[in-house]
Amino acid sequence: MFEWRETLSLYVGAFRAQLRITLAVQFQYRASLAIWVLFTVLQPLLLLSVWSAVAQSGDTGSHVRGYTPEDFAGYFLINMWVAHLTFNGVLAFFEGRVRRGEFSPRLLRPIHPISSDIADNVAFKLLTLPVLALATLVLIPTFRPRIDPPSWAVVAFVPALILAYVVQFIITWIVGLAAFWLARTQAVYVGFVLLLRFLAGQVAPLALLPGWVQTVAWLSPFRWMLAFPTELLLGRVSAEETLRGLGMQLVWSLASVVLLVLCWGVAVRRYTAVGG
Amino acid sequence: MTGVSLLWLFVRLGLLHELAYRTNFVIQVISSGMNLVASLALLAAIFTHTEMVAGWRPPDLLALLGVFFLLSGLLGTVVQPSLERLMEDVRQGSLDFTLVKPVDSQLLVSIGQVHVWRLVDAALGVGLLGLALIQLGAQVGSIQAMAFVIALVAGCVIVYSACLLLATLAFWFVRVDNALLFFLTMWEAGRWPVAVYPPWLRATLTLLVPVTVATTVPAEALLGRLETQSLVLAVAFAGGLLLASRWLWLRGLRRYTGASA
Repeated sequence: MFEWRETLSLYVGAFRAQLRITLAVQFQYRASLAIWVLFTVLQPLLLLSVWSAVAQSGDTGSHVRGYTPEDFAGYFLINMWVAHLTFNGVLAFFEGRVRRGEFSPRLLRPIHPISSDIADNVAFKLLTLPVLALATLVLIPTFRPRIDPPSWAVVAFVPALILAYVVQFIITWIVGLAAFWLARTQAVYVGFVLLLRFLAGQVAPLALLPGWVQTVAWLSPFRWMLAFPTELLLGRVSAEETLRGLGMQLVWSLASVVLLVLCWGVAVRRYTAVGG
Repeated sequence: MTGVSLLWLFVRLGLLHELAYRTNFVIQVISSGMNLVASLALLAAIFTHTEMVAGWRPPDLLALLGVFFLLSGLLGTVVQPSLERLMEDVRQGSLDFTLVKPVDSQLLVSIGQVHVWRLVDAALGVGLLGLALIQLGAQVGSIQAMAFVIALVAGCVIVYSACLLLATLAFWFVRVDNALLFFLTMWEAGRWPVAVYPPWLRATLTLLVPVTVATTVPAEALLGRLETQSLVLAVAFAGGLLLASRWLWLRGLRRYTGASA
């Protein structure tokens, strides 16, 4: 009992220290952060424009499978927020760490290397949040999004978002582990990001894609990383489907943790570095 | 003429360098191929719901995507790697080595790094354009072809000048890698016809970050929808931007302090 508490307080203390450092480090690059937010805003903005144009020039009046331009606006705005809140920068530096041997000091610390990544990520979000909020306020009058969830969906959105973050973070780390086998992982990462964009509903609401894509997305972890919380907050998921969704998120969280533990054990044994 | 032979030299150097890492070619082919498939899949998904997007039919958007891939390839082959090198050189002071060479320094920093494998994107773009032309049939006459070439060159100049303007900011602000990254992100807007965007975004994407002019205008020229007036405007805009980037470059050089000074 005593030991367990000591470990926990060690982790909390280490995390707080890391968070303080990384906040200070990242705050130096305020301009970079602001530009990063624009990066986050632009992609959904483009797709929103395209799908609104489709809705307006469609065969079925001014909507596509029940999505009017205002619904698209709501969908892509929520999707942007969910994508930002669940985003992690792991893939951006994982390969370099392994290839240049920068993992060495991290492996020597008496704490799992994933914890400093989480601290980085939390700091990044705290700093970018105000700018993204500002961008959202600018977008709302142009696109007049319609977001109309029942109140239980708003409550259910919180665990759905947290689980989405967990699944995405761990799966990304597992994909990053490819760097231990391949010297150049760009192709793997591009493939992963494209799958995420399609199967997680970033290029279009999944309901607009062919039926077999929807089935694949439902079974894969991707739908549960972004699309599910997005549709939930938009008010397009029934109560029953929400429970099933949360269940799938739990299943994928546990499965991905098990997978990470297994893969990490194999991967880290392949790691070699000179000097340091 | 010096420019062309220098560019050819850097292409050869880039090729020699990359031939040592042939896996990179395979990786580039896989990445570009996946990007192409994803782009086409999205177009296919869109056209299951409609026959036209803001007046653009499937082969029209295919042609636009072709221009986008072609320009992305050229951007990634020469402009992006060279200017990234420039920003790093300014930061570290190693621009000294470029400045002492007896060639115009703007020319040298603009073509100094060539990532040959990114030409795969350009090749895919040409392929897409060919495919669009087959679908469009005999609608493309010689006047349209000529207007297309002029508009495409203007597009290249616009993209290059805008990137150089941003990279030159490195002389004032030390870390501007993100400014160029920002442009490359905005560049994604060039995938779609400018007509789909709301007015304020259209204005931004035309004047402030002239991304869509570079892709929409050449595609429209090929489809024979471009008015002569717009073509003249695009060329004038390209010329103006080129002069502006030259001016900023010269001002920036005066601020450069070097590594040893």
